[in-house]
Amino acid sequence: MYTQALNDLPTPHNLEDAEKMANFQTRIDSEDRIEANDWMPEAYRRTLVRQISQHAHSEIIGQLPEGAWITRAPSLRRKAALLAKVQDECGHGLYLYAAAETLNASREALMDQLMEGKAKYSSIFNYPTMTWADIGAIGWLVDGAAIMNQIPLCRCSYGPYARAMIRVCKEESFHQRQGFEIMMTLAKGSARQKAMAQDALNRWWWPSLMMFGPPDTDSQHSDQSTRWKIKRFSNDELRQKFVDATVPQAQFLGLTLPDPDLRQDEVTGNWMYGEIDWEEFKQVIAGNGPCNQDRLASRRKAHEEGAWVREAAAAYAARQASRHAA
Amino acid sequence: MNKTLKATPPVQLWEVFIRSRSGLAHKHVGSLHAEDAELALQAARNLFTRRGEGLSIWVVPSHLIVASDPSEKGMLFEPALSKAYRHPTFYNVPEEVGHM
Ligand SMILES: [Fe+2]
Ligand SMILES: [Fe+2]
Repeated sequence: MYTQALNDLPTPHNLEDAEKMANFQTRIDSEDRIEANDWMPEAYRRTLVRQISQHAHSEIIGQLPEGAWITRAPSLRRKAALLAKVQDECGHGLYLYAAAETLNASREALMDQLMEGKAKYSSIFNYPTMTWADIGAIGWLVDGAAIMNQIPLCRCSYGPYARAMIRVCKEESFHQRQGFEIMMTLAKGSARQKAMAQDALNRWWWPSLMMFGPPDTDSQHSDQSTRWKIKRFSNDELRQKFVDATVPQAQFLGLTLPDPDLRQDEVTGNWMYGEIDWEEFKQVIAGNGPCNQDRLASRRKAHEEGAWVREAAAAYAARQASRHAA
Repeated sequence: MNKTLKATPPVQLWEVFIRSRSGLAHKHVGSLHAEDAELALQAARNLFTRRGEGLSIWVVPSHLIVASDPSEKGMLFEPALSKAYRHPTFYNVPEEVGHM
């Protein structure tokens, strides 16, 4: 998902106290929550810092494709909604950086890693937003997929992450609904509007399915994350839930999902989808998607242009502090 | 890519507490970074109260919070469990006495 690029196996540490490890697993198994200052295996801490920071980066970079349409939204109502949604995504990033900081990572260091191209974020935000319909498709599909992934994270074993996800999930639902409303308006509009909606769906459908990460057969880190109850469902399970929820919505819109192999399994009722292009996924994660360079360049530019504000705030705070001391 | 930037200097961390309704206590909602108290309050308002979540905000520099040590959890809190006589259910009141 937003952390689909995680690919190292956490290395079990023989040096760590076996008894502490066993107690830790017992706490996890009994659905106890782990808090910031509790003892935890180093690999648990490392896995969480990577997952939470990748998730945070995804929220922050995720503002860019949609932010590009704020000034071009077709009405004041749409503009206000999009602005509020993008502001929420910024907040999600901040909640998540704060959760990562409880594990002794610093937000500044994490953001620097992102800007240096050393950190990963979700592949989905490396695709361009070419028309207004893309804003509808993102809200409906991308936020829809994110919700599917984030709801089980509200029960993650690490307390600060779970609490951040509860706040995030409360805010997400409006994101998906405003996107679906945009799609609905276009799909019920003129032939050109409907074609625009169909075109956006064609381009966003497969990348949305890739958001859930590699198939279970080659997802390396899932087992340990599942044992630690960081992860509650496998990538393929979540992907299937998403497809099953979305197919009827596309039918309602009168739009066609761009998958000739899509069919409903008579026994399970699940919608079976065609082959996902995992090579494309690997390329986008590796930095070779259509917008990877752009996204990092925009992030760096915003950071550099904000430097004077940070410096001014620091100087003002220092002066106030020295006045109080005098 | 991989161009090394100057490390971003750290900004002070604050803990945020919000009173959601009159009559309720302020409750911890999260943390944020800000250079001073005024900016911390503004950031807390933007970050945590965009949907009517609060009527009052407290911000406290994180380093000023003194916390109990989780490794002393047993010593600090377990004795309470062995003192059942501190709870009303420890005492038998015959049924005919009625509610007490
Ligand atoms: Fe979000
Ligand atoms: Fe969202």
